[in-house]
Amino acid sequence: MGALQSLPDDPEYKYFARKTGFSFEQIGILHKRFKQLSHNEDKLRRDDFNTIPDLASNPLRSQIIEAFFDKRNFLKNCEGSVQEIGFEEFLVVMSHFRPPALNMTEEQREIVRRDKLRFLFNMHDTDNDGTITLEEYRHVVEELLSRSGSLGKETAKGIADAAMLEVASISMGHMEPDEFYEGITFEHFLKILKDLEIETRMTIRFLNLDPTLCK
Amino acid sequence: MLVSAHSHSPVGSRSFLERGLLLLVVLMLLEGTVLPLGAASSPDTSAPNGAGGLDHRDDHRGIGHDNMTFQKKPFPVLGINYGHIRLPFEIALWVLLASLMKLGFHLIPRLSGIVPESCLLIVVGLLVGGFIKLAGEDVPPVLDSNLFFLILLPPIILDAGYFLPIRPFTENIGTILIFAVIGTLWNAFFIGGVLYAVCQIEGVHLSQVELLPCLLFGSIISAVDPVAVLAVFEEIHINELLHILVFGESLLNDAVTVVLYHLFEEYAGAGEVTLMDAFLGVISFLIVSIGGVAVGTIYGFLAAFTSRFTSHTRVIEPLFVFVYSYMAYLSAEMFHLSGIMALIACGAVMRPYVEANISHKSHTTIKYFLKMWSSVSETLIFIFLGVATVAGPHAWNWTFVSVTIILCLVSRVIGVVSLTFIINKFRIIKLTNKDQFIIAYGGLRGAIAFSLGYLLDNDHFPMRTMFLTAIITEIFFTVFVQGMTIKPLVDLLAVKKKQEAKRSINEEIHTQFLDHLLTGIEDICGHYGHHHWKDKLNRFNKKYIKKCLIAGERYKEPQLIAFYHKMEFKQAIELVESGGGVKVPAALPLQVSMQNIQPKKQPPAATERALPQFTKSREEEIRKILRSNLQKTRQRLRSYNRHTLVADPYEDGWGEYVLKKQRMIELEKKMTQMSNYLTVPAAPSDSPTMRRARLASDPNAFYNIKTPSDSVPTIHVELASPQSPDSVNLVDEVPKKGAMGQGLSQRNAADMKEDRERMMMPPSAGKGEKVEDDGGETKNPGLQRCLSDPGPSNEDEEDEPFLP
Repeated sequence: MGALQSLPDDPEYKYFARKTGFSFEQIGILHKRFKQLSHNEDKLRRDDFNTIPDLASNPLRSQIIEAFFDKRNFLKNCEGSVQEIGFEEFLVVMSHFRPPALNMTEEQREIVRRDKLRFLFNMHDTDNDGTITLEEYRHVVEELLSRSGSLGKETAKGIADAAMLEVASISMGHMEPDEFYEGITFEHFLKILKDLEIETRMTIRFLNLDPTLCK
Repeated sequence: MLVSAHSHSPVGSRSFLERGLLLLVVLMLLEGTVLPLGAASSPDTSAPNGAGGLDHRDDHRGIGHDNMTFQKKPFPVLGINYGHIRLPFEIALWVLLASLMKLGFHLIPRLSGIVPESCLLIVVGLLVGGFIKLAGEDVPPVLDSNLFFLILLPPIILDAGYFLPIRPFTENIGTILIFAVIGTLWNAFFIGGVLYAVCQIEGVHLSQVELLPCLLFGSIISAVDPVAVLAVFEEIHINELLHILVFGESLLNDAVTVVLYHLFEEYAGAGEVTLMDAFLGVISFLIVSIGGVAVGTIYGFLAAFTSRFTSHTRVIEPLFVFVYSYMAYLSAEMFHLSGIMALIACGAVMRPYVEANISHKSHTTIKYFLKMWSSVSETLIFIFLGVATVAGPHAWNWTFVSVTIILCLVSRVIGVVSLTFIINKFRIIKLTNKDQFIIAYGGLRGAIAFSLGYLLDNDHFPMRTMFLTAIITEIFFTVFVQGMTIKPLVDLLAVKKKQEAKRSINEEIHTQFLDHLLTGIEDICGHYGHHHWKDKLNRFNKKYIKKCLIAGERYKEPQLIAFYHKMEFKQAIELVESGGGVKVPAALPLQVSMQNIQPKKQPPAATERALPQFTKSREEEIRKILRSNLQKTRQRLRSYNRHTLVADPYEDGWGEYVLKKQRMIELEKKMTQMSNYLTVPAAPSDSPTMRRARLASDPNAFYNIKTPSDSVPTIHVELASPQSPDSVNLVDEVPKKGAMGQGLSQRNAADMKEDRERMMMPPSAGKGEKVEDDGGETKNPGLQRCLSDPGPSNEDEEDEPFLP
């Protein structure tokens, strides 16, 4: 796709719509944005994300960017990360933030929730071993507090430890002193965050996107 | 906010006789208050009751009566001068009556479960009004509009505004505004218009009611009332979303009501409203609402700024909050702006900054004063409604009243349904049919409508009494019928109830994480959504505003850390307070220790562990709270000593040592099960900061530093055994055994603040879960030290800022 195409490419878009659940309109808008970020190329690289000025002040910047290049988020049963992604992968990652439809059954909601929590889990579990270890969790909290200056490091550790302990208590209940809690598995992760109503909170509105409004 | 206590615990244990006696006393007082109230309200004392005659007696007993030559009378030893204190006395009596009623209702548990308090209070008002009328007196015009708007309403609104849950409110602000503005406008015009049409029908004999008065009536009656909503919704514990939607609507529709009311009142005399007037009305609405919010915000910032400097005069901190808020309300009212919106804005704006600046005690004071005032206000409002109903004057018109009631319901339903249809297109979390029903059904009318009607001038509005009757009937209908049935309906429809917020640290971390994540994704999408703006606002807030308004170094603290500290605080206090309590906690046996989650391959070297740079003042705070609580614990335990132990060793001199020895042995036995105090796992005890902390906390302490047995910190979380209070008692008997040292618990207190991050409290475990240190033999001296701590000096008031 070398040339700028302002009209939606019908068969491709149909495929995307089916795969991700976005409407044609939304796909068109996201495509425009993709092209804007990638400077009209097919593939998006990590550096392209650096051109977004607002992202620079976000403490989770590197993790968010990493999530786009994480194979687990757009391919099934794959690990590792890639150097560049195409529009399809971009769309798939974005589709994790779609709001749930109005009339969903409980099972469908559950699937959506699992999906979104899986995305979050992958963001935390940087070494792809299926569990969030204490070190990884500490890293998460440190990143969150990274803008708070000198208070950050030790308190982050404390908070992460406390959180880890909480997960362990909730998930495992009783542990012998010499047992070792390896890390938060996906099931435990689901358990502790089940009250957060992720399926409605982890959404952004994909209506009214106009990439020309911002840089 | 009604502070209706939902703990009916002592009722069951009280004997029937006690309850009956208390009810009797309440009723007698009720009678006693009614008569003076009734008598005092009327100037002529022709009443047969004793109180009325007091005024006469007053005249006769006074010394130096005019027109009498000075005759020497016996010196009046006793005299009564009721007129002197009449007004404050009456006020106090009313307040006392209201409070006793509140007390009384909770003695009848089943009643308060079925009937909401507001209904009962109106009934009481009716009774009181009835009594006064029976006594032949004029019922005092208690629900005077000035009294209502200037004295009774502000505390309730301030309480609501100060404790407004900001996050759900701002997340749903669009929906709330649409319901408040468009919904109220629709209601007003629909009711007014249809009423006018009905009045024009032949045979109703109401053709003298013109369009504009009808519209005015419509605007008065269409507004959902915050007091009534609060009173009823408080008891049904509905989920947060619905609560904030209905409640937010009731607050924000004040601007619309004010504008419509003044508009129609002005022009009802002229008899017509032109397009120009309507346009001016719209402009006026914008000014009223935005102006109100602006006034409130200004005062809010002033209050926050003032609180920055109150570190030396902690006692009057709450006063600033109240006075600034009240002035915001009055200033807004002065300019005919929306006082309610000003008050809400003031409270919501000042709260985060003020709470970062004021002391813990001031925070508690503000909270309890607000709750107390708003509770009394609410009670009084409902009682007065009842009294005002009896007072009349009434002009009952079947058609008008019944049409009003039907129309209110119909228009509300139509309004909510159609607006929701539109709103759902823009919402992520759609409003279901159940939600819509509750929103429609929860649109209660209350005293504001009555007061507005009362304000109407009788000359311009000859049908004022008919309006008032209709308003009162509507209020009664909504409060009684809708108020009573909403609770069973909520259960029937299985509407989601309020989840008991047990804020876990994981949820907090992920809430923050999600905020940043979503902002990032929005930036990547190029979409300036509300996360983006919220993030910008937060950054602006942190960078500029907090620096101005928050004293000291506190402004740098990010929210997650603040939350974590608050949680620790709470748990620390809970733990210590329940440590001395008699109740046996029914906690789950939970045994997860740090050891379980620390990776084995990395024993952190002692030297690597850098201790955090917490401010001294924070450490002081925690230490003080711990000490004062430990001190309390110890004092409480002493009282157990005196009364519960059979042999009091202090009186039994020679047996003292024997007893103590005995107890020591028992104590040793219980050591393995006992865990009574806060500890922190062993830390590198010889670090200079530790020593410094210990020195700072108690210069007389002997140091008996026990090096930890293993380098990995361990916490065992166990049940407190039922014998623990006794055991602690026993240890209290034992004098300071010097050699055993005081190291541990003092170190614990120091550890608490120094190595705070290593103090793990299982958050969701039950009360009384204790944290125990490793090593059996060190517990004993720790306990001793813990209990023989001299405690804080009395004059050293806890004056550190309260953690938000």
